[in-house]
Amino acid sequence: MIIDLIVPALLTIITASTPLVFAAVGEIVVEKSGVLNLGVEGMMVVGAVGGFAIAIITDDPVLAILAGALSGMLMALIFGLLTLYFYSNQVATGLALTLFGIGFSALLGHKFVGITFEGLPKLYISGLSDIPGIGQLIFGQDVLVYFSILSAIAVTWFLGRTRWGMIVRAVGENHDSAHSIGFSVTSVRLSCILFGGAMAGLGGAYLSLAYTPLWVENMTAGRGWIALALVVFASWRPWRAFFGAYLFGGITIIQLYAQGLGVDVPSQILSMLPYLATIIVLIVISRDDSRLRLNAPACLGRNFHTSG
Amino acid sequence: MLVSLELRPKASKAMVYQSPLIAVFMTLITSMVMFWLMDTDPFLAINAYFIEPVSTLDGVAELLVKATPLILIALGLSVGFQANIWNIGAEGQLTLGAIFSGGIALAYFDVDTPFLLPAMLVFGVLGGMFWAAIPAILKVRYNTNEILTSLMLTYVGLLLLSYLIHGPLRDPDGFNFPESRLFHDSALLPIIIEGSRLHIGFLLTLFIAVLTWMLLIKHIIGFQIRVIGMAPAAARFAGFKQKKLIWITLLFSGGAAGLAGAFEVSGPIGQIVPVISPGYGFTAIIVAFLGRLHPLGVVLAGILMALTYLGGDAAQITMNLPNAVTGVFQGMLLFFLLASDVLIRYRFKIGSIKKETT
Repeated sequence: MIIDLIVPALLTIITASTPLVFAAVGEIVVEKSGVLNLGVEGMMVVGAVGGFAIAIITDDPVLAILAGALSGMLMALIFGLLTLYFYSNQVATGLALTLFGIGFSALLGHKFVGITFEGLPKLYISGLSDIPGIGQLIFGQDVLVYFSILSAIAVTWFLGRTRWGMIVRAVGENHDSAHSIGFSVTSVRLSCILFGGAMAGLGGAYLSLAYTPLWVENMTAGRGWIALALVVFASWRPWRAFFGAYLFGGITIIQLYAQGLGVDVPSQILSMLPYLATIIVLIVISRDDSRLRLNAPACLGRNFHTSG
Repeated sequence: MLVSLELRPKASKAMVYQSPLIAVFMTLITSMVMFWLMDTDPFLAINAYFIEPVSTLDGVAELLVKATPLILIALGLSVGFQANIWNIGAEGQLTLGAIFSGGIALAYFDVDTPFLLPAMLVFGVLGGMFWAAIPAILKVRYNTNEILTSLMLTYVGLLLLSYLIHGPLRDPDGFNFPESRLFHDSALLPIIIEGSRLHIGFLLTLFIAVLTWMLLIKHIIGFQIRVIGMAPAAARFAGFKQKKLIWITLLFSGGAAGLAGAFEVSGPIGQIVPVISPGYGFTAIIVAFLGRLHPLGVVLAGILMALTYLGGDAAQITMNLPNAVTGVFQGMLLFFLLASDVLIRYRFKIGSIKKETT
């Protein structure tokens, strides 16, 4: 039956997409406030090791998830302090965060290599989760999958419909005006950076707690960078980032299924697909310069100092 | 706040050079605290990490072997960074350089000719340039962000190497190990210090540093690169061709990284293996910043960063410290550098800036 093929495929797509949803939605908030944090990869990988370490030590999935978010947030704090209080170049600081995160996570995780975790518990509602096909798909996921969907909705609402969301956008569009009206540019940006860090940390924690419940050095494998590309792809709109992430999740699993179906292409060539797809997406999206400039926050990447 | 930062009337020249020293000092202090927290004697660890590895001539030679690719790549990157062209895919360009030059060596594995080595180096440069030309053409024609494209291509390049070494380039007599044949002697770089691995590539790298310096200081292209980085609007009014500079900086940095890859396979490695570089392409970003994007600074910073690799390996053997400490050191150093760079344009002021004066 065709459903026997489609349901497992969709389940894999969900697990491959969820980390990207977290990281991209978080980064949208950061960039909307006018800050370009290229350290998503670093925050994710530290989130992955932080979540996994706490999972092994306490055996408590809730604490593990919180630890993942907190680890990403602490990384983001370094970035926030450097760029907001030391006026460091955002591009260079983001790169530094990634380089540091990869090394730091390897150091922290070195005790946890080779240990496995049972994975996050899945939702089970008697009756609903037993419906063949869609039951497991809709009512049988782990808490982070639901939370990732919720976060995309919540951030859309926050940025578009709330006063605070308006302030974030104002700071990102014109920090001098926002400052002169009396908003604290620095605190708004720091809050957004920390939120972005927590989300990237959750994305990383999803990888080490649910996607492949173990710790491997450098296990994010460029997903943080793909998330950054997704933000551009989504024109800074959370729900578009959500669908973008699922599109990429779909591409990621093509390789698994192609091999299963006996397609004779070397695995390494298939593994290139997500990266090549990112490049193609970037070409399509960047071609129209005016559209890109219309959507990008005007102060993106520019530091703010009261004396100008 | 009791202490605040105020804009200096003029950027401090002295701080440009003091800031790396502050950063190195702060990194040392912090890492000693880190070792202490890890229940390791901080002084022993620092000794094992930074002093012991270079206390012999062999150690110094090995230091320069590791500094060679770092300096070479960072020279290329520093030119681009000055023009705000952020090529961060040097690791991939190095890999392609290694594949191209190694491919030549393997294609003529049974030919003994003095032309083989120069051909390998040329192909290494071409390989790196080819990989950097993709972000360049995409940026020039479609306005895509070179940071993301060059990085994505790094992953593609590493997978390409993995495919080739598990397939076409694998040693036919190698019992299916993912390694190529050993290169012929005429495909290996001459050694400078007998008994060590220090090869002529180091001297070539120093020569390229001088050439880069001349390009930046004496040539009109160097002037244009600096103007476009510091004042893009002025560069536009002056009619500098931005597209041409994108091409030049990306091809230059890609070529340098490709040459570094060629040096690695024809120097210390001597064959194609699944892992050509322990992240030289990424560490070179730190080298470029630490060296203040200046060729002489890059040479010094490259040697310093090479020490973190050497020390990481040594400390792993003698003190059983995880090798990942190297990455932590490198990241920390860049953080401290970025933080102390604030003092170039700002200065500390006791007492907060009064609101009405702003």
